[in-house]
Amino acid sequence: MNWIAAVSIASAALAVAFGAIGPALGEGRAVAAAMDAIARQPEAANTISRTLFVGLAMIETMAIYCLVIALLLLFANPLLK
Amino acid sequence: MISPLVSPVVFHVGPIPISEPVVITWGILAALTGGGLALRRGLKLVPSSTQAACELVVESVDSQIRDTMRVDPAPYRAFIGTLFVFIFVANWSSLVPGVTPPTARLETDAALALLVFLAVIWFGIKAGGVRGYLATFATPSPLMIPLNFVENLTRTFSLLIRLFGNVMSGVFVIGLILSLAGLVAPIPLMALDLLTGAVQAYIFAVLAMVFIAGAVAEATPESQSNERTPP
Repeated sequence: MNWIAAVSIASAALAVAFGAIGPALGEGRAVAAAMDAIARQPEAANTISRTLFVGLAMIETMAIYCLVIALLLLFANPLLK
Repeated sequence: MISPLVSPVVFHVGPIPISEPVVITWGILAALTGGGLALRRGLKLVPSSTQAACELVVESVDSQIRDTMRVDPAPYRAFIGTLFVFIFVANWSSLVPGVTPPTARLETDAALALLVFLAVIWFGIKAGGVRGYLATFATPSPLMIPLNFVENLTRTFSLLIRLFGNVMSGVFVIGLILSLAGLVAPIPLMALDLLTGAVQAYIFAVLAMVFIAGAVAEATPESQSNERTPP
């Protein structure tokens, strides 16, 4: 195993690990805010949860990007060809 | 380990390789079309339970379109409904043993995202004409033209990566757990995967609605825009 492969594997792990922190914090805040809003206005729960789901999907995309980068590093690394 | 980024080729038709997700997609298409045709033959005014369930699906798609886009759902029902039902069935096709969901492959998701990209242009042009649609790129000021253009491309790309990443990571994790822990261990993860699949189908449809609604609302001429109140 050469250096590029070793560094690629390590950075794939780092990408997923650190890439998950931000979206996790963001999703936590979003859910907390939505819970608060539903507790204040239970009649608006439908609209709030729909918007929440779409928002969560948007936030989650950042983590998914990191996952895709990690997979590219592991399975389609242009430097290893 | 098999890379999640390549699709295994099943057989060749002449020079064209036919990969596994294509075959599964054909199966899903045949099942959905056949089911729809069979159901259409037996339509009654007093619905059977199957017909009632399908009407429930159509009505909830309608109400979602009405809530999200604030327009009459009729022109968008076919496209959005088909997107939702197809992605839902494709994500849940992992329940059939030996089947990898076609949405866990990059190509299927790319095709779906491309459809949404084209649908945004199509509905935008239908609402305001070619001029009206192109003018939406220059709102609020012509300085935004490159940004709006890039946004159109990146949001299509993120639609593709989101669906691919979510479904593929579910399949991938189940494969890992299966190879590490054995036969029964991945069952809770498979249940979670079904939930993710349903939510992702919903989100894909909602985002398609939001994009189309944005293009239509901006492209509609001002004189007609007051007619677009919710029905």
